[in-house]
Amino acid sequence: MDFIDFTILAIKIMVVMGALLNAVPILVWVERRGSAFIQDRLGPNRVGPMGLLQPVADVIKFIFKEDPIPCHVHRFLFPIAPLFSLIPASIIFAAIPFGDTLEIWGRTITLQIADIHIGILYVLAVGSLGIYGVLIAGWSSNNKYSILGALRSSSQMISYEIALGASLIGPLLVYGTFSLNEIVHLQAQSWGIFLQPLAFLIFFVSGFAESNRLPFDLPEGEAELVAGFHTEYGSMKFALFFMAEYIHIVTIAALNTTLFWGGWQLIPGMVSLANVLGISTYPHSVGLALLKVAAFTLKTTFFTLIFIWVRWTLPRFRYDQLMMLGWKILIPAAFINIGATAVLLYIGWL
Amino acid sequence: MALEVILFWICSVTSVVAALFVILHRNPILSALALLASLFAVAGLFITLQAPFLAAIQILIYAGAVMVLFIFVIMLLNLQKDPERFAPQGVPVTLRFALGLWVFIGLSIPILWTAFTWAMPPTPGAYSVSHLAELLFDQYLLPFELTSFLLLVAMVGGVVLAKKS
Repeated sequence: MDFIDFTILAIKIMVVMGALLNAVPILVWVERRGSAFIQDRLGPNRVGPMGLLQPVADVIKFIFKEDPIPCHVHRFLFPIAPLFSLIPASIIFAAIPFGDTLEIWGRTITLQIADIHIGILYVLAVGSLGIYGVLIAGWSSNNKYSILGALRSSSQMISYEIALGASLIGPLLVYGTFSLNEIVHLQAQSWGIFLQPLAFLIFFVSGFAESNRLPFDLPEGEAELVAGFHTEYGSMKFALFFMAEYIHIVTIAALNTTLFWGGWQLIPGMVSLANVLGISTYPHSVGLALLKVAAFTLKTTFFTLIFIWVRWTLPRFRYDQLMMLGWKILIPAAFINIGATAVLLYIGWL
Repeated sequence: MALEVILFWICSVTSVVAALFVILHRNPILSALALLASLFAVAGLFITLQAPFLAAIQILIYAGAVMVLFIFVIMLLNLQKDPERFAPQGVPVTLRFALGLWVFIGLSIPILWTAFTWAMPPTPGAYSVSHLAELLFDQYLLPFELTSFLLLVAMVGGVVLAKKS
């Protein structure tokens, strides 16, 4: 690896992480305004045009607030728990391809930070680590609400991780590869959703539970648990949990896109748009490559918006309903999907 | 090559230090987290040996599932620091030291006698997923199935024990 390759990699990491981190304040604004419109209110509309600068004000508040460490917490684990939450959420994106190759100055750049050939396993492995942030935060807070929230959350995440992992076996059988980049290439003709609709549904529902969003946000059910595992956190430490949640949403939306909705493959209609703009004549032109990045971004944004839409539409599940949905519906459905996919592949219908 | 050597030393030193932390620290949660660090370091060693599949499985199974349950149980039981572990009762100190030394020597001799070869794959990509799958489902199918059967039995046993109480 020479110096230029190294620079390209560094730029890719900076661009992706920059986009991810900058998506957080935008999503916060979208969430607050969106929830307001769904509930027939106005939402934040004073700071900047249409309230667009509200996240900036929020961040300034977070940074300048006093950062208290209660005296009854664990001195070492309490401050580092937010990192356990934030780091796994943000490094998953390294394996997700956000575009095809970009040919520029005679160099072919793969638009993906790391083309790991065990991509799906990497995603699952790193995704399963997010639970430590919640567990450690709950335990180190030394507070009964926090620990109850942490225990609830860990049992919820363990349950839904099984469904999430099992739902990915069907697509794996169909695509026959772990590499996310190859999976996107294989979806050139038809997107994964047409081959694995049930797997998509299970993955989508489990994704809500994995990112601790409504309707599965029992770990922080305000009515019973104050704020769950992050009751004792304030200031920037709380903001890190907040960022982790939003980055998790974006990552799961991106995974949805990559596995089931063609990744960076163009959305039908974009081809004619490219024709009008005159950038589709060169198969590897920069314009087409950027159009593919735009397709990926659009799809990911769509699923991210669905996450927010669902949050303000559905009420929270009761705890036993949540467990029943996970163990008695989603996991058997995932196993049925695996069996059906295997049979269909064997008789050659897929 | 230099990078691999540096990675090897970082991972191996981390895993040994973390493993020592596991048995020497008195707080069970911190011990569990040190075990987690040790598992990560071993996963890093797998990567330097060009076996990324094993590294991913190591993190997925041990760090992502087994250790979560360990920590879960520790939290549920609400274990405090155990003051009894180093309590001076029962066996005399000299005898304990002698026993420890004997175990240490007994373990060291076979390790020193073994002629370790370089743990690199015989051919490039020999630890790839498809190669491992061929080995597991072709050459070692019977042991593989027996292992899964054993795990199933253990699982059923666990459910039965939990139902009783």
